[in-house]
Amino acid sequence: MRAPISDLPVAFEQASLRAGAVNIVSDLDLTLGAGSPTILFGPNGSGKTTLLRLAMGLVAPTSGRISWGGRAEPGERLAMVFQRPVMLRRTAAANVAYALRAHDDRRVAELLDRVGLAHVAGRPARKLSGGEQQRLALARALARDPEILFLDEPTASLDPAATKAVEDIVRAVAASGVKIVMATHDIGQARRLAGDVVFLARGRLVERAAAATFFTAPATPEAAAFLLGDLVI
Amino acid sequence: MPDGTSALQLVFGGDPALYAIVALSLYVSVCAVILAALVALPFGASLALTRFPGRAFVVVVLNAFMGLPPVVVGLSVYLLLSRSGPLGFLGVLFTPRAMIIAQALLVMPIIAALTCQTVEDLWLEYRDELTALRVTPARRVATLLWDARFSLVTTLLAGFGRAAAEVGTVMIVGGNIDGFTRTMTTAIALETSKGDLPLAMGLGLVLIALIIVVNALAWGARRIGEIRAG
Amino acid sequence: MISRRVLLGLAFVAAIATPALAQDKSIVVASTTSTQDSGLFSHILPIFKAKTGIDVKVIAQGTGQALDTARRGDADVVFVHAKAQEEKFLAEGFGVKRFPVMFNDFVLIGPASDPVGIKGLDIETALKAIVATQAVFISRGDRSGTHAAELALWKDCGIDIEQAKGPWYKSIGQGMGAALNTAGAANAYVLSDRGTWLSFKNKGDLAILVEGDKRLFNQYGVMLVNPAKHPHVKADLGQQFINWLVSPEGQKAIADYKIDGKQLFFPNAGAPGA
Repeated sequence: MRAPISDLPVAFEQASLRAGAVNIVSDLDLTLGAGSPTILFGPNGSGKTTLLRLAMGLVAPTSGRISWGGRAEPGERLAMVFQRPVMLRRTAAANVAYALRAHDDRRVAELLDRVGLAHVAGRPARKLSGGEQQRLALARALARDPEILFLDEPTASLDPAATKAVEDIVRAVAASGVKIVMATHDIGQARRLAGDVVFLARGRLVERAAAATFFTAPATPEAAAFLLGDLVI
Repeated sequence: MPDGTSALQLVFGGDPALYAIVALSLYVSVCAVILAALVALPFGASLALTRFPGRAFVVVVLNAFMGLPPVVVGLSVYLLLSRSGPLGFLGVLFTPRAMIIAQALLVMPIIAALTCQTVEDLWLEYRDELTALRVTPARRVATLLWDARFSLVTTLLAGFGRAAAEVGTVMIVGGNIDGFTRTMTTAIALETSKGDLPLAMGLGLVLIALIIVVNALAWGARRIGEIRAG
Repeated sequence: MISRRVLLGLAFVAAIATPALAQDKSIVVASTTSTQDSGLFSHILPIFKAKTGIDVKVIAQGTGQALDTARRGDADVVFVHAKAQEEKFLAEGFGVKRFPVMFNDFVLIGPASDPVGIKGLDIETALKAIVATQAVFISRGDRSGTHAAELALWKDCGIDIEQAKGPWYKSIGQGMGAALNTAGAANAYVLSDRGTWLSFKNKGDLAILVEGDKRLFNQYGVMLVNPAKHPHVKADLGQQFINWLVSPEGQKAIADYKIDGKQLFFPNAGAPGA
């Protein structure tokens, strides 16, 4: 069941979000269209999470505008996995079923299988490990049959094995044609997944480039310094 | 209840009149809490999730109504249900149903206000996730109520405690009829007026024990639920 | 799943809201705290029920409140003790006919130490002594039969209580038992019906000081609430109860009720002028 209207591309035009006197993100000009995964890259506090929340329609910009498929309101084909997803107080399977537009047990089983959680379908979601919860959040997001999936540092607090499991799923989802937009401050992860990179610092878009270019020949001194492991403030 | 007996004899001697009174007290208060919850849970949760002009006023009134005087509630329900009142045709005055209705009105504000508070807190945690899942407002209410269910057990217990312990409303609308609308609290009031203070006090202790048992059961159910659901 | 819960909820609400079934064989009798607190009803109602199968549900209030409950149509029968108020109730058309049932008497209770020294006096001298010494007196103050009797006594004894009352005269607005509890705690004088006094368990230092005066007579009457005013009144069942009360069998049941061998109420259904 596909929704008729597309939410792509998500376009930012001079979008800013201000909280009091502080600019959290400033004058973003950015278009996110179909294609290989876009990695939002940059140090903590650079505005990655805010950019995702704006793109998801969770907050409105205080100035500038954002459009989804040319419309001013976000549609139904967006999904997001938060850094610390909220597990509903029910079973893993019920968490997935909750996000489906219509009740469908087979689809729930498929989605759980896709993220490797078929064996814990009946367990309370809050009793799962951190990595399992993150994968369950992925299954729940996929249940919404998104065109574009936003992920906010989904592996920030996971061990390497759990990180790999999440990355494998993300790669498979991208391969199935869903646009991935993922925030991370982990260079290795960015290298492993990126099709292109949006580099942010201090709430501004500093550089946007294809992954190959960005990692070998960054165009800006901030990006170069960050890639070298320097502190970028 | 037979004269010249102590509450201990009644309890351990298995006095059927006492058990009938205990059963009626439980029945009336539990039904009142269920009836009140059917209205107050969705209302409190909706109030937590919506913003409209005058909302602060509604919240203040609701909080104030947590302290509604039972006699006033009893009198209002009495006037409503009296044969000469607008709902007199129902013929439910001086029946357990009238007591249930009156107690439900008494505890509704308590349940609604505490639910509003609980759901408001949970909403802070859930807001982004449910918004991202594009959940409709009605479904948000249902989801938050369900996910707050363990905290809401305490809310319902607060309502139950208020209902089970009060005497003003049930005395007025129930009439304290022997074997029909006599509850623990009205029996205590009656024994006091008969001057049998030891029996009245004994019944009071039975009532307190009963409330402790109900709370212990609810606490146990909540713990088991939390362990299973996380 | 959720819709099923909603249905259950609606069913529950419907169960509460449906009118009570009319065919249950019961009547509501508005009566006084004295008849209930004295234990009379617990004695006679099981006898009546065994004979007729009719459940009598007693609401114990003061006489004034009981008559008001009946005026609103919330009782089928009133069984009270204040003849003047009962006749007013009849005159207003709320009652069908008044049947005298029984009498007992009022007694003046006070601390056994009797600081005013009224023990054994007639009621008029006793009340005048209380006023003169301003000894604490507890009044029901609740428009009950006993309250009405107390007010009538002051008047009969030539005392204008409205004018004489002061801090010593405490109107508590509660039932007979509460008044006795208060008198016990405050070492005060109080007028009580004999039945409640005999069955009262918290006598403490209280004792009967004045009794037997013919002005302390206390007549009980019973009336069916007028079905012409309130069509839902269970006239047939209510009249059955009244007929039984004044029948030789009912009168005997009343006479048989004793506490520690003392009879509390004296049947006088046929007595002229009662």
